[in-house]
Amino acid sequence: MNNSQTQSLTNGKQKERTLDIVNRGLKKRYRAERRFRLYGLLAIVASMVFLSLLFISIVGKGYTAFQQTFIELDVYFDPQVLDEQSLATADYQGLVKKSLRDMFPDARSRQDRRMLYGIASSGASFQLRDMVLTHPDMIGQTSKVWVPADDDVDMLIKGHFDRQVAESERRIKDRQLAWIDQLSAGGKIKKKFNTTFFTAGDSREPELAGILGAVAGSFFTLVITLILSFPIGVAAAVYLEEFAPQNRWTDFIEVNINNLAAVPSIVFGLLGLAVFLNFFGLPRSAPVVGGLVLTLMTLPVIIIASRSALTAVPPSIREAALGVGASKMQMVAHHVLPLALPGMLTGTIIGMARALGETAPLLMIGMVAFIVDIPAGFTDPATALPVQIYLWADSPERAFVERTSAAIIILLAFLITMNAVAVILRKRFERRW
Amino acid sequence: MPPTTLIFILLALSAFGYYVGRRRAFVVGGGSKGAKALHSRPTYYGALTVFWCGVPALLIFGFWLAFETTIITHLVMADLPEAMRKLPAAELNLQINNIRNWVSGNIISGEINPVIQAAADHYRSLLSTSKAALTVVAISMAILGLVIVRAKITPALRARNIVEQIIKYALIVCSTIAIFTTIGIVLSVLYESIRFFRTVPITEFLFGVEWSPQMAIRADQVGSSGAFGAVPVFVGTMLISGIAMCVAVPIGLMSAIYLSEYANKKFRTVAKPLIEILAGIPTVVYGFFAALTVAPFIRNTGNLLGLGVSSESALAAGLVMGIMIIPFVSSLSDDFINAVPQALRDGAYSLGATHSETIRQVVLPAALPGIVGGVLLAVSRAIGETMIVVMAAGLAANLTLNPLETVTTVTVQIVTLLVGDQEFDSAKTLAAFALGLLLFLVTLLLNVIALHVVRKYREQYE
Repeated sequence: MNNSQTQSLTNGKQKERTLDIVNRGLKKRYRAERRFRLYGLLAIVASMVFLSLLFISIVGKGYTAFQQTFIELDVYFDPQVLDEQSLATADYQGLVKKSLRDMFPDARSRQDRRMLYGIASSGASFQLRDMVLTHPDMIGQTSKVWVPADDDVDMLIKGHFDRQVAESERRIKDRQLAWIDQLSAGGKIKKKFNTTFFTAGDSREPELAGILGAVAGSFFTLVITLILSFPIGVAAAVYLEEFAPQNRWTDFIEVNINNLAAVPSIVFGLLGLAVFLNFFGLPRSAPVVGGLVLTLMTLPVIIIASRSALTAVPPSIREAALGVGASKMQMVAHHVLPLALPGMLTGTIIGMARALGETAPLLMIGMVAFIVDIPAGFTDPATALPVQIYLWADSPERAFVERTSAAIIILLAFLITMNAVAVILRKRFERRW
Repeated sequence: MPPTTLIFILLALSAFGYYVGRRRAFVVGGGSKGAKALHSRPTYYGALTVFWCGVPALLIFGFWLAFETTIITHLVMADLPEAMRKLPAAELNLQINNIRNWVSGNIISGEINPVIQAAADHYRSLLSTSKAALTVVAISMAILGLVIVRAKITPALRARNIVEQIIKYALIVCSTIAIFTTIGIVLSVLYESIRFFRTVPITEFLFGVEWSPQMAIRADQVGSSGAFGAVPVFVGTMLISGIAMCVAVPIGLMSAIYLSEYANKKFRTVAKPLIEILAGIPTVVYGFFAALTVAPFIRNTGNLLGLGVSSESALAAGLVMGIMIIPFVSSLSDDFINAVPQALRDGAYSLGATHSETIRQVVLPAALPGIVGGVLLAVSRAIGETMIVVMAAGLAANLTLNPLETVTTVTVQIVTLLVGDQEFDSAKTLAAFALGLLLFLVTLLLNVIALHVVRKYREQYE
């Protein structure tokens, strides 16, 4: 029995044992432990909640855009209006108006009629024109045609519309409501799959607006980005990893690459504006310029990913190749590159996914215009999918909100597919040495 | 000949060159069995021919297209009548644009007068001459290269070494693109910024407290004369980034701690990719979410509580930006927490520390430099983030620290000043480049410090 224990035994009442101090604090400490653990869990739950809120709010707003309200009209293709010589420029608007008038003869006054005409989309006349141009034998007949409804009617049918609001503040008046109710009672108004959304370019009318133009613009931009950034990125990575001597110059290149990876994307836009547009005089709003800017932006990502793919190839492969007499270039081209390629491709796909979602630099180089035509080449004026989302998000019409959300759903679908491909690629070709 | 056709012809010529070079190598080596007499394998002779056939011609093609418009415009301008050349620069530009549009068949502004017509004809003839000349030069260049290399192929020609040397130079060129990009960024923003600072003194820009870049275009126009004091813009940026960091750092750090210290493997494999999805969502989506869901929610809640909340409050933008940054903080912190050696933890446990005490008093202090580096990187991301603030924050440059009011940021100002048709030499557009320069410098500084800290930290435990 040593001295201190003797003391603690003898003066037990005056002096506490360390164990008691520890035990007394233990409850509190365990509580702190549980609390800390809970904070961690809460943090993860919070991120999950944010993520699900984001998805719920966007899908909830957007899924209705995949349907569009159509109205059935009995259109009489009047031979007097449709002159054989000028079929393309005939008054199709008049045909639409006439069939609406025939359906609701009670609309007499000018004001009533204007309200009545407002039910159908202005795109209805284009639809009739296309029908007549493809089937000229329709002239003189009456046929039932489903034409798109105006976006306000669309919103009403989809339930985004409050009937309780005072009439003066509503975009659809009482008379129109009555007509629409009459139509839906007669089964002449219904929702169908919205093909326009996938086949049309931009439009000021929500019911005629589609994302094909933006998707095509994004496609051309990404093609340029891919064919430039993948070879250049891989070449740079190969040089830095396999050939470059360790000196200040190489260090400088590396510092530059790491910095560029963290430079705000909008600065790349400024570079594109000052260099590609103002100095080289390349066309504004063209996918080729967008592709160049995004190339500069994605290069660091691809270089960094390719370098780590190259370092993952074990040195024994290189030594074996050199040992049987391959030159250094042959060693890289025949042995190292094929083994590192899956990793490089994964990095490239992830870089492409980032480029697809990038908006800010494209705003700087003018890919933000209102473009109705679907771009057919690398120098046609175009927007990109995220820019289209930005443009629609700015539009005041209620119907554009759901279209914006729907475009976001499409964009996210593309991104998820690309990332899934990257993950599968990695899983499939990943080799542990 | 249209450029695409020319490119295809050049590519076809190169492919033909490969065939020619390879054949020639067989021939000089003495038939198909004579490949042994050659220094390199026949494909290398083919590759060498391709190089000399295709690359010089394509380079000429590229440079020609890059400078064609500028040179032709100069030539046309030099031939314009005296009166027109004396016009102010802006009007002259308009006329030149008119000529170009007329040539390419676009709509032009104003009437077509004979002078424009003549200039356009001149332009058109120069353009067609230039195209024809380009075709001739490029194709003859390609054929010349092909013929010369073919003549030079001998069994002793060290084709492989030459080809490999060429490839190596190409690799070096590719790796220096990063440097050229940086130089390009610096030069382009610096050049325009210097022009800006000639009209607006740099001290006013850095320390002025009023920002209203709307300039009166005509002398008699009513409107502000433009004030370029960027302090409110900086404060707005700091405010929004600050809110974002207040959201991102605690959540990101705590989730990293939970994932790396507490969670079992199953939970981790599910939760980690889910958090990382947040990083993959495009910022324009966050912007839409902030503007249409979060901002109205905050405004309504504020109104219920009797607070006057602006519909473009800094809080909404900052909050959503914070959500966006969570995965950056969390994945970087995760790396650094995992890098802390297990021995340190074991030491703490053996002294009787609980799990959370070990984390708070041993692991976190050990990982702190790395985490600080990660947070700095996140701050630089927040400052440079554009779409969220463009869509959810306002344009009005209020000098305030109240998160419920509207503030504006550097990136918002750059976008609003540069989107749309602007005169390129007004102080208004140049101000955007000055802001861009500042943004670049600040993020560069943050990145350099952060990367340095992170690198130092990594070395510590390796």
